Amino acid sequence: MPATQTILTDDLREAIRAHFPKYPTRRAVVLPALHLVEERLGCVPPPAVVEIAGLLDLHPAEVQDVLSFYGFFKQDKPRGRVRVWVCRSLSCACRGGEDLLEYLCERLAVRPGETTEDGAVSLEFAECLGACDLAPAMLAGDELIGNLTREKIDAFVAGLRRGPGSPESAE
Amino acid sequence: MREPVAEFEPVLLANVGKENSHTLAAYEAAGGYRALKQALREKTPGDILNLVRASNLRGRGGAGFPTGLKWSFLPEGHPGPIYLCVNADESEPGTFCNRVLMEDDPHQVLEGTILSSYATRASVAYIYLRYEYTKSLRRLERAIAECRAAGYLGRNILGSAFSLEITIHRGAGAYICGEETGLIESLEGRRAWPRIKPPFPAVEGLFRKPTVVNNVETLACVAHIVARGADWFKSMGTPADPHNPRDPGSYGPKLYEVSGHVNRPGVYEAPLGLPCRELIDGFAGGVWKGRKAKAVVPGGLSTGLLRGDELDTKLDFDGPICAGCLGLGTAGTIVLDESYPIIDFLYNSCRFFAHESCGQCTPCREGTQWALELVSRIKAGRGRLRDLDLLAEIGATIGIIPGTTICGLADGAAWPIKTAINKFRDELEETIKRTNPTGYGQVEPPPALTDRPACIAANR
Repeated sequence: MPATQTILTDDLREAIRAHFPKYPTRRAVVLPALHLVEERLGCVPPPAVVEIAGLLDLHPAEVQDVLSFYGFFKQDKPRGRVRVWVCRSLSCACRGGEDLLEYLCERLAVRPGETTEDGAVSLEFAECLGACDLAPAMLAGDELIGNLTREKIDAFVAGLRRGPGSPESAE
Repeated sequence: MREPVAEFEPVLLANVGKENSHTLAAYEAAGGYRALKQALREKTPGDILNLVRASNLRGRGGAGFPTGLKWSFLPEGHPGPIYLCVNADESEPGTFCNRVLMEDDPHQVLEGTILSSYATRASVAYIYLRYEYTKSLRRLERAIAECRAAGYLGRNILGSAFSLEITIHRGAGAYICGEETGLIESLEGRRAWPRIKPPFPAVEGLFRKPTVVNNVETLACVAHIVARGADWFKSMGTPADPHNPRDPGSYGPKLYEVSGHVNRPGVYEAPLGLPCRELIDGFAGGVWKGRKAKAVVPGGLSTGLLRGDELDTKLDFDGPICAGCLGLGTAGTIVLDESYPIIDFLYNSCRFFAHESCGQCTPCREGTQWALELVSRIKAGRGRLRDLDLLAEIGATIGIIPGTTICGLADGAAWPIKTAINKFRDELEETIKRTNPTGYGQVEPPPALTDRPACIAANR
């Protein structure tokens, strides 16, 4: 790879720099930067960590340290177009949440933490989504789907198949 | 259905559910920002601090620490900057009232934040918002933009000398970021390992500057205290014990969340001190399917369990403690019906805390994991009666209270274990005997759940 080629585009660098005035230190921009890269690239590969560190005047290990603390950022390959979290905490679990997580695993033929072969969905379990009034609940991208049932899961999966749009487009 | 607490009129939820309640126009039409305008015109920061102190407002995020007292720890005459962090990392299982406030009435939260920043002389406020609250993010962003345009935020707010910027900082899915110093570390761009206190954040907090961290609902309460006065706030709730000069009492309105096995899960508002039974039967429409409650989590998973015969417990800051629970917590009540196995509750709770332990303190990191393995083994039909003693030992030895950890996460992990064993030992023993009829009496260390020789052979 030529030395000039970078993972972070100029746009992405600009978007990260736009956070600088909000904080008195550059280190505080680690999490916003990781989110920006994750949103655009679907993951934060190790070379991106090095480049973020360069922008923030940090050692790459410091950025990697923060990244690895959260279970949130993938590094090996981009996640699916939609990220889905199914809640497994008590309020959801006692109303069938774990069975529904298992059902969605079957429908998508993946385990929690995996991405479907067509790259449409990454499925994960969540610890309490803060939607206990709507239990069982799942979060698909930006859309919270409450009072989850097998029928709603079927509709969600069918929506994925309908086209390139994410389930949000069916909103 | 009888009408619960008929004479009480909700204030925190007054706008929730109304059309366009999230907009500035609707908030102002309902009287919003009048308190801010009046305060900036007529009151000094010290006046507001004294008002909040006089109200005896206690933090709504779980610990119940008096808000005015927390603010008063800020150094006087500090050259600044002073920071206010809004703890919007709401992640305690059973808790969702902050989400409702931020989604349906974000301006109420912002007015409380602006007033609290004025009182504490903070010039920057960071809203630490959990990542999963995507609608809250959209609503808060819009509300902040509306505030800037209207002159409620920015330089020289409403022509006064007071300036404030508010920035939203998104989390990344870690429960520990709700602990106030974990939140600060996370905001600074480090792993969210809680700090040893002292120094308390008021003295040395975010970016090593004086910092106040307050929960979303606490800040919403501040807006109403400024608008209606401390006497109004103290006119409701459970009064302080006159024989205990250090008891701040449990005053003011409170958001109660109910979920689990009830007919109408949701968030309801009542004066502090609502009996648990009233919340379940009066507000939430009773236990579902005509069943009885076997157990109730009174205030978020970490507070432990009430038995079905302890539902007269008053949900104020002291009530759950008197019933052997950790505290009121977040008032996130989870109802478990008579068919729900306590071992499933234990498994779910132990799994949660093992997953969310930040790993900094060994007793918590290892203790939560050992507890999960013991409970998993019981669930797999290989439990021994002795395991309950081992679990109780873990429950008694991890946390701030026994002095073995830096933050309260481990206490939160311990209380579900302790209360489940104290209050439901018969059922747990029955479960173990039924599922492991030949081995429940063993006392020798049993083999681990994973087959070790096979594992070793497979790795050769």
